[in-house]
Amino acid sequence: MQLTDQRIINAAPETVWAAIMNPEVLKACVPGCESMTGSAAEGYAAVVVQKVGPVSARFTGLVRLSDIVEGREVTLSGEGKGGPAGFAKGSAKVTMAPEGGGTLLTYEVNANVGGKLAQLGSRIIDGFAKKMADQFFERFQETIEAPGAEEETVLAEGEEAPKRGWLRRMFGNESKGGKE
Amino acid sequence: MPKDHGIGASTKRREDVRFLTGKGVYTDDMRVYGQTYAVFVRSQVAHGRIKSINTGNAAAMPGVLAVFTGEDFKDVGGNPAGWLIKSRNGEAMREPKRPVLAHSKVRHVGDAYAAVIAETYAQAKDAAQQLADDTEIEELPAIVDMAAALGNTSNRVHDEIPDNQCYDWGWIEDNRAAVDAAIKAAPHVTTLELVNNRLVPNAMEPRASIGEYFPGTGDYKLTTTSQNPHLTRLLVAAFVLGIPENKLTVVAPDVGGGFGSKIYHYGEEALVLAAAKKLCRPVRWTAERSESFLSDAHGRDHVTKIELASDLEGNFIAFRTETMANVGAYLSNFATVTPTFLHGTLMAGPYKVPHVYVNVKTVFTNTAPVDAYRGAGRPEATYSLERVVDKMCRELNLDPFEVRRKNFITTDMFPYTTPVALAYDTGNYHATLDKVMEMADVAGFEKRRAESAKRGKLRGMGLSTWIEACGIAPSHLVGILGARVGLYDAATVRVNATGNISVMVGAHSHGQGHETVFPQIVASKLGVPESSVEIVHGDTSKIPFGMGSYGSRSLAVCGVAMDKALDKIVAKGKKIAAHMLEASEDDITFEDGRFSVAGTDKAKTFGEIAFSAYVPHNYPLETLEPGLEETAFYDPANFTYPAGAYICEAEVDAETGKVDILAFYCADDFGNIMNPMIVEGQVHGGVGQGIGQALVENTYYDSNGQLLTGSYMDYAMPRATDVPFYTVDYSCQTPCTHNPLGVKGCGEAGAIGSPPAVVNAVIDALQRGGHTHVTHIDMPVSPSRVWSAING
Repeated sequence: MQLTDQRIINAAPETVWAAIMNPEVLKACVPGCESMTGSAAEGYAAVVVQKVGPVSARFTGLVRLSDIVEGREVTLSGEGKGGPAGFAKGSAKVTMAPEGGGTLLTYEVNANVGGKLAQLGSRIIDGFAKKMADQFFERFQETIEAPGAEEETVLAEGEEAPKRGWLRRMFGNESKGGKE
Repeated sequence: MPKDHGIGASTKRREDVRFLTGKGVYTDDMRVYGQTYAVFVRSQVAHGRIKSINTGNAAAMPGVLAVFTGEDFKDVGGNPAGWLIKSRNGEAMREPKRPVLAHSKVRHVGDAYAAVIAETYAQAKDAAQQLADDTEIEELPAIVDMAAALGNTSNRVHDEIPDNQCYDWGWIEDNRAAVDAAIKAAPHVTTLELVNNRLVPNAMEPRASIGEYFPGTGDYKLTTTSQNPHLTRLLVAAFVLGIPENKLTVVAPDVGGGFGSKIYHYGEEALVLAAAKKLCRPVRWTAERSESFLSDAHGRDHVTKIELASDLEGNFIAFRTETMANVGAYLSNFATVTPTFLHGTLMAGPYKVPHVYVNVKTVFTNTAPVDAYRGAGRPEATYSLERVVDKMCRELNLDPFEVRRKNFITTDMFPYTTPVALAYDTGNYHATLDKVMEMADVAGFEKRRAESAKRGKLRGMGLSTWIEACGIAPSHLVGILGARVGLYDAATVRVNATGNISVMVGAHSHGQGHETVFPQIVASKLGVPESSVEIVHGDTSKIPFGMGSYGSRSLAVCGVAMDKALDKIVAKGKKIAAHMLEASEDDITFEDGRFSVAGTDKAKTFGEIAFSAYVPHNYPLETLEPGLEETAFYDPANFTYPAGAYICEAEVDAETGKVDILAFYCADDFGNIMNPMIVEGQVHGGVGQGIGQALVENTYYDSNGQLLTGSYMDYAMPRATDVPFYTVDYSCQTPCTHNPLGVKGCGEAGAIGSPPAVVNAVIDALQRGGHTHVTHIDMPVSPSRVWSAING
C-alpha cells in the first residue's frame, strides 16, 4: 500500500532535520516502540509491539536511513519480523522545506506485509498503515513543537520536573543516542 | 411408483448415520501408541534463496526428537507429474523436481522447507518457530502475474527453466491453419477475454497424515486424507522414498471432502513416513486451516482469449482459444493434464462446429501449486464456450436458445467425433434444452422481469448448455495422450459362508455415498438385501487395487468393475448350483436370488449356494473350486459424456451491484440412474460450488506473492443465502453405450455447467436494464465489480 501526506511543523527545518536523525525521537514517535538503538549511519535496531486486526506480534528489525540529502530529504526503511505473525516492510521518504516560519514535511509511505499478517489482515492493512503513519507524524510534530523541546526548560516553576527537551538530551550528558 | 430397493431407488445414505452422529473416524481422530507430532516450517516469502538453516537451537528444545530440512531429502526422489505433455514444437514439458522439503530455494508462501518432530504438538510448534527464526532466506522478487512471468528470463521460479513456461501446447496443431483461415473469412467473429478465477478447494476436513514404521517387519503404514490410496502408495513408495509397494500400506479412512485436492501426493505424507522410520515411532500431522489455504493444490486460474467465428444467422464456424494456465510453483500430480486434455478436448462443446483450435501456455509462478478441482479443465472450457456464445447472440441479436438448438450435434450423428478428437458415444442435447426451458418457464420470463422492475430490480436469465468427458479412464487413450498411469479400476466381491457380502472397491468415498449406492447394484444383481452388503474401501491391504475417485469415475469405472465381478459370481454360482441340483450348467438360470433348473421347480437360493461354496463336502474338486469370491478389473473403451442444460434466473440491484440468484434449473443427462437422491445431491453440491465461483470466491495474491485471501475472513465461501432452491431433473437419459450399467458421471456436472449460466444471467439483467455497455464481468461477479461495470 502507498500513501502520501503533508503537514506543517512549527519549527525550523534544521530542528526538524535534527529530530528525524535522532533515535530517541524516533523511539518516542514510532507507535508501540519498545526499544530503538543504533545510529543514523549504521541503522537502528528496533523492537515494536503491534496488533494488526486479529494478529498481535512483537516485531524486531532494522531501520535504515538512506538517500540522505542533508537537511532536506531522507528515506527511512525497515523490515520487522514478527515470528509466527509474519513480517512487515516499509519505507517512508520524508522531505522538508521551509514554509513560513516553520517546515513543510512531506512523506510518502510504502508498506507491505507478509505471512500471516497478509493472510489474515489484508482487509485492514491499508487502514492500519495509514493509522501508523498518522500517529508517527503526529507524535513527531508534538515532540518537536512541545514547549522546551529545543532547550532546557527556562522556567522550572511547576512542582513537577519539566520534561527535558529532546535536543538537550541529545547533546547533553544524558544522551542515549549512541549504542547502549 | 418410486423404487424402494436396488438400482433406481433413493436409498438413504447409510454412511450419514455415522457422519451426522459424530461417529465417523477421520485421520485426525486416530490415536496411535507412542505417537509424536510433526510441524512444518513454511516460507513466509513467495520466492527466496535459503542461505542458512541453523537447526541446533530447535533440536535442543524440550521434547524435540528430530529436525528435518530439504538437505535430508535431496537424494530421494521427487513427487512426479502424472502426465507428460508435449509442446507444439515437440519438446517435452519442463518438469522441475518437486522435493519432499524445499531445498536451496523456497517458491511460494507456505512452501515447507523444514519440519520438527516433538513429543507434543506445542513443543513441535515452538521449535518450528525457533527454526524459522534461525533460518536466513534472501528474498527474491516474486513472480506472480502469468503474462509477466512468461518469457521472463532474468527472474525464474526454477533456475533451470529459462522462461517460466512449462509447455506451449496446441490442440490440435493440425487444425490451426484451417481455424485461422476460417476465422479470417468468417462473416462475424466474437471475441471475449476472460479470467477463470483461482479457487481454494476448502475441503471441510484439512489434510492429515500419520506415518508408522514397524521395525520388526520393516513395514510402513500411512494413514492419510486421500481420494486414492493406491495412487498415493505408488507415488510415495516407488517415486519418492523407494519403499517396495508391498512394504507400505496406505489407509484413507473417512475423508471429509476432497474436490480434487486430495488426489495428489504431498510432501507431508513422505515426511511423516521417513520420520517414523528414523524415530521408530508414529509421526502425525494435521494441517491448520491456514496451511490448507497455503499448501493445498488450488483450482482453475486461467486467463483466456476466445474467438467464435459464425455466419450472421449464428451458425458456428470456428472456435479459437488462447489460454494461459497457472500451475503455481511446482507441478502437482495432474497439473499438466488439467489445462490440456481435460480442457482443450472439450472446446467443441455439444456443438457440430467444424473448426476448433486451442493453445495453452502453462506457466510457473510463485504461488501454491494449481491442479484439478471439481470439474478440472471442463469448467474452464464450458465457461469460455458458453460465455462467448452468449456474447455472440447479443452481438447478432439472436435468440440464445435457438442458436444452441441450431448448432447442437443431433441424435442421428452419434457416435460423433469432434474436431478436438473426442468421440461422443451418445446424447440428446435438444432434449435437455427443451426440458430445462419447460422447467424454467422461459415463456413467462417477461412477466417476471416486469414484476422485478416494479421493485426496482433488474432481472435476467442465463443459459448454459454443457458437456463433459468423465469416468476418467481408457488406459489406451490416456496413454496415447501422455498419462504415466493406467486408468481402470478394480473390485473384489467376497460372498461369505453365511451369505452376506463384502465388496472391496478401488473407488474411494469421501462424501459420494459409495457405501449406499454400490450395495444397491449388488442387491439388484444378486437378489439379496442391500443391508447384507458392505463396501470396503480406502485400505491398500484390503482392496485389490484402485485408481481412486476423481473425474466422476467411481460408478462409471469402479462400479462397472464391481458389476463384472458380480457377473463372475453369478457364473460361479451357476456352476455350484449345477452340481447341487445335478443339472447341466447351461440349464441353470439365475433370477431374484434363486438358481433354478430351467423348466423345473428345482432351485437353490443364493444363500444355499454361498454356504455350499464354503462347506464343500461333496464337491468334484477337479472341476469345482470351493469359495465364492471374484475380482474384476475394468478398463472402459471411452470416456462417458454426460451433458445438460442449465438456466439461472437472477436479479441485480443496480444501486448496489448485488446479485441475487432467484432460481436455478438443471436438466442433465447422466444416462441410467442408480440412486436419484444421491444424483440430486451431487448436482446440488456441484452447482453450489459453481455459484460460489461465479458470485463470491476468489484467491488473491499480491504482487509480492503474499496470499491475501488466506482465511475465511477474506476468502468468501458461498452461504445458504447465496444459493436458491435448485430444481433438478435427470429424466433425459441416453445410457452410455460402452458400459453395461449405462451410466455416466454426475459428480462434477454442477460445477461445470453452472458458472456461465450465472454470469450470462447477470449480463442479461444488465443488458435488459439498459446497461448495454456491459458485455462481460469477470468472476466473481461481486457487488463491487457489478456496480463498477454499470457505472463505467
